[in-house]
Amino acid sequence: MKLKTTSRRSFLLGASAALATPAILKSSRAYAATPTLRIGHVSPRTGPLAGFAEADDYVLAGIEKAFAGGINNNGKTWNVEIISKDSQSNPNRAAEVAADLILGDEVDIIVAASTPDTVNPVADQAEVNEVPCITTDCPWQPYFFGRNGVPGEGFASTYHFFWGLEDVIGAFLDMWGQSGVSKSVGGLFPNDADGNAWGHPELGLPKPLAAAGYDLVDPGRYQPLSDDFSNYIAAFKEAGCEIVTGNMIAPDFATFWAQAAQQGFNPKIVTIGKALLFPSVIESLGARGDGLSSEVWWSPNHPFSSSLSGASSKELAEGYAAASGRPWTQPIGFKHALFEVVADVVKRADDLEDPEAIVAAINGTNLDTIVGNVNWANGPINNVTKTPLVAGQWQQDGDAMDLKIVANSAAPNIPLTGELKLLG
Amino acid sequence: MDWLNAIVQGTLLGGLYALFAAGLSLIFGVMRLVNIAHGDMIILAAYLGLTVTTATGLHPLLALVLVVPTMGVIGYVLQRGLLNQTLGDDLLPPLLVTFGLSVIIQNGLLEVYSADPQKMDAGALETASVAVGGLNLGVLPVLTFAVAVAVIWGLQWTFYHTALGRAFRAVSDNQDIAQLMGLNRRHIFGVAMALALGVTAIAGILLGIRTSFDPSIGGGRLIFGFEAVIIGGLGNLWGTLVGGVILGVAQTVGAKIDPGWQILSGHLAFLLILAIRPNGLFPRIS
Repeated sequence: MKLKTTSRRSFLLGASAALATPAILKSSRAYAATPTLRIGHVSPRTGPLAGFAEADDYVLAGIEKAFAGGINNNGKTWNVEIISKDSQSNPNRAAEVAADLILGDEVDIIVAASTPDTVNPVADQAEVNEVPCITTDCPWQPYFFGRNGVPGEGFASTYHFFWGLEDVIGAFLDMWGQSGVSKSVGGLFPNDADGNAWGHPELGLPKPLAAAGYDLVDPGRYQPLSDDFSNYIAAFKEAGCEIVTGNMIAPDFATFWAQAAQQGFNPKIVTIGKALLFPSVIESLGARGDGLSSEVWWSPNHPFSSSLSGASSKELAEGYAAASGRPWTQPIGFKHALFEVVADVVKRADDLEDPEAIVAAINGTNLDTIVGNVNWANGPINNVTKTPLVAGQWQQDGDAMDLKIVANSAAPNIPLTGELKLLG
Repeated sequence: MDWLNAIVQGTLLGGLYALFAAGLSLIFGVMRLVNIAHGDMIILAAYLGLTVTTATGLHPLLALVLVVPTMGVIGYVLQRGLLNQTLGDDLLPPLLVTFGLSVIIQNGLLEVYSADPQKMDAGALETASVAVGGLNLGVLPVLTFAVAVAVIWGLQWTFYHTALGRAFRAVSDNQDIAQLMGLNRRHIFGVAMALALGVTAIAGILLGIRTSFDPSIGGGRLIFGFEAVIIGGLGNLWGTLVGGVILGVAQTVGAKIDPGWQILSGHLAFLLILAIRPNGLFPRIS
């Protein structure tokens, strides 16, 4: 039997290697001349929600240009690297890529936008892993209550800016009030996160509508991708509804709107959330798209400009139209504003190595962005702040449909650009 | 009157479901192939129709003249080039290959046409309606139902009164003996798939006029097609029409009780029939 012995030389070699290891393994950024800050970005680039992210390439190219020289923090210049990942419009996939960004790419800040299906899973991952997270483009109720937020406590590292259901209800009532049509409203709410929130008897539309003297006919929740709305149409006809509202996806609205015409139901105002946001949807409806109305979060006529590039809303929107040959969409402004907030936070943070310092900087934000002022001290609830919301109507303007702002009493600084016209 | 309206509208909706299902029923009957990509092929046809109408300015229904043969050729080439390779005693390989096709078609459409919802503009036809005994019936749904009946009658006639139909029935009964009798089953299968996708083209165009579509909605349509086929009984084309109507009526009557039950009640009707008659109502093959 041979005894295995360790020689003096091999012991010294092994021991010095072991001592040196941490120095080699430690990430090199602490020693680099210009350290790099990584930002993870999750958005639905493909799938049914892809319309929300269609301007990502354009917006990110502008942001990367603005970040090209690095960002100054406490006298030191930081390179900023943005890593984008596709959620495929799937909440499970969104959680997966968020975890991948946090654990694999080790991002310092994570951002996400576009509907509860993207925002909530990303924010949940960030909260669990204690990574600072900023999100937008999702009403705050599904964000806050959908993640089991407790009012008064909120979340530790996740922050959100957008508007809430109370704003959308206010904007709709403001628009309907000036029209003088009878106060009978038909409600079309699907059985999904948005539809259940909008149709919720306490937190949704029914209560404030009743308070404002409107009768709401709500036959119930339909399954998204229904092929038939004749029962809704029959109920609305019977109740003599002159206004139709709800929150629908585009294919469902197209089915409903064609059947309404076939079955002789002609409301005077049709105001639908989500389905009527995008010009491509309105164009696909042809002449029947003229006069439909929707909420407006951002438009080229909003009197705000970018804190990064100084570009006005109009310049940003027209830049996209020129670069892509496609009409502007509302998410452009919010996607840009998301990175405005990030840049502002990176500038102000006491210590970019410390997630808690970054969270403190987010909490202390007071920035005028291209979608309005973002300041979490003014929020309706912890970790949430709001930007202004108005109501608009699609009107034929020359060859194209234009979204005219027709009601603005909640945000008078956003100018009216048209008058509400009744349908039919 | 409300109930009658629900039943009539449901019957008309059933016509659309029967069109979704007719192609599935045909190819299952002839070659026992379960085509998971069927829903996506409906959407592919709708996009082809859109391309034709925007390029030539034709009315969507006239575009059928171009889209039906195109889909037919795609079907023949697909069957001879790919799907024939997978057919055998095992049902699984064609299932997996068509599942892959479904993913490929969806992402291909997304790449070419983007995720924007699209709709075909059929002008006044979309909103026209006729009043029948106090009910307003849309011209488009009535037309869809009539087309469904005509298509199924046409397929049925082809099956039982033509040489091609005899060949279909022969390969369906016993592939090897049919081959011995001088029928080239690879070619027959190709023709069956061409016919099935020709019907799919009609379904796609009518769907594209009725509602807006995007590359991702094909899968949702597939389930209704499957249910209509199974309710009606495998391999029976008139049964497929009945299956579609039962599904449509169950949905609208369910929605009459509560809109949340619309899709669910269709599925419940399907489960009920499956529980009572596992082979469907009018099965021709077991």
